[in-house]
Amino acid sequence: MSDTNKVIDARDTFCPGPLMELITHMKQAEVGETLELLSTDEGSGNDVPEWVNKVGHELVSSEKIDGVWHIFIRKMK
Amino acid sequence: MRILIVGGGTGGTILANNLARRLASEIRSRKVKLTMLSASDKHMYQPGLLYVAFGQMTPDQLYRDQQSLLEPGIDFHVDPAEEFQLDNNKVITKSGKTHEYDMLVIATGSRIAPEQIPGMSEGADTFYSEAGAVKMFKRLREIEEGTIAVAVGVPHKCPIAPVELVFALHDYFTAKGIRDKIKIKYHYPIGRIHTIANVATWAKPEFDRMGIEYETLFNVKEVDPENKVVRSEEGTETKYDMLIAIPPHTGMEVVEKNNLGTGGWIPTDRHRLTMEGYDNVYVLGDTTNLPVSKTGSAAHFEAEVVAENIASIIKIGIPVRDYDGKVYCFIETGHDSATHAMFDYKNPPDLKPSSKPMHWFKMAYNQMYWSSVRGLL
Ligand SMILES: Cc1cc2nc3c(=O)[nH]c(=O)nc-3n(C[C@H](O)[C@H](O)[C@H](O)COP(=O)(O)OP(=O)(O)OC[C@H]3O[C@@H](n4cnc5c(N)ncnc54)[C@H](O)[C@@H]3O)c2cc1C
Repeated sequence: MSDTNKVIDARDTFCPGPLMELITHMKQAEVGETLELLSTDEGSGNDVPEWVNKVGHELVSSEKIDGVWHIFIRKMK
Repeated sequence: MRILIVGGGTGGTILANNLARRLASEIRSRKVKLTMLSASDKHMYQPGLLYVAFGQMTPDQLYRDQQSLLEPGIDFHVDPAEEFQLDNNKVITKSGKTHEYDMLVIATGSRIAPEQIPGMSEGADTFYSEAGAVKMFKRLREIEEGTIAVAVGVPHKCPIAPVELVFALHDYFTAKGIRDKIKIKYHYPIGRIHTIANVATWAKPEFDRMGIEYETLFNVKEVDPENKVVRSEEGTETKYDMLIAIPPHTGMEVVEKNNLGTGGWIPTDRHRLTMEGYDNVYVLGDTTNLPVSKTGSAAHFEAEVVAENIASIIKIGIPVRDYDGKVYCFIETGHDSATHAMFDYKNPPDLKPSSKPMHWFKMAYNQMYWSSVRGLL
């Protein structure tokens, strides 16, 4: 994805975990920036979109390739 | 060979002592010079702050003189680093001194940043600082009824502290005989009550049994101290009588000022623990940007790897070990029980059943910490 500004490598992390990593990086990002989250946690396919929708950012795409989730999120506020 | 360690906390101290032992003869023969810079002449045992917040320890019990924890071969200066010239292998300190190095280790830790959340500094208590922990205990003694809200900022060190706090609150007010007059409401940033899945699974029925209310997907947006309301990014709010916050953290200002890493977190290779782009700069503890818990135990395990690698680079020219993401956590589950968990990059936390002996082991560890940072454990 060409307009992705940053990749967050949260593979193989149990604590703080992929969603916490995403929240940290979201705070540091500019509105309009797209972040790519890499996660090997099975739950990320559900819990990341759940948070992104609830807080009001945009889920651009979400795909699992070779056991790794690649989730693209655009910061909206 | 000049080794410069910046930061005299958990990670820096374990590293320095470990290196001083491994390189004792090289230090004696002046082939190696080991220097440590820190911002304070004192070393604080930070986990003790939770006990201070409940009147079980006093702040003076948390400190030792930093010099007294260090092996004799270490040249220690209380003179914080101000400027990092990584391309010239130089660090300039507050006093204006220049330290040249061949190998640099940055272990400056993290700090709470309640100022990132409007109203948090004025409206919330916290036990993440000495003054905060003492003030929190005074408030806990005064409050006789109402809602205590717990709110958690991201990122924060010691990820287990939020649940430990809730267990401690429950036990404190139960012992005081007023638990029925105090509502405890816990708020957590992600969709379950703890980021470690099996801690969340285990703690949920415990919270239910203790009558703890909880709201998940709650990221603190602002605190309104006048109306005593805490609001979330997700659009919800809670009214409180007392708010206890674990503020969001950042790395140290000096890291940001020197453009070493966004938010004060230094980009670090997850196995080699070198700073990205610099093979002679190591990073350990809270200040890394690694997806690893910001805990003393991670800083400890990382320090052991870095010490072994620096010593072997000096002795045989190459590093010998990778950091595997290892973390060990005690979890206090009230005033007389505890559990523990161990995990790394590949193996998820294996939570053990809560028990009294584990609590007493943690109490013993509170003293053993000093032997641990000296490298005797
Ligand atoms: C309330 C609380 C409870 C905790 N409970 C636990 C627990 O149960 N288990 C656990 O494992 N961890 C726990 N922790 C976390 C643990 O204390 C930290 O993760 C750990 O201390 C990190 O080690 P560090 O070496 O990275 O940083 P620190 O130990 O914080 O050390 C940083 C050092 O850098 C120095 N410094 C800062 N700026 C400069 C500068 N410019 N130049 C030179 N030196 C500088 C400081 O003076 C300090 O000596 C807890 C923390 C808190 C606050």
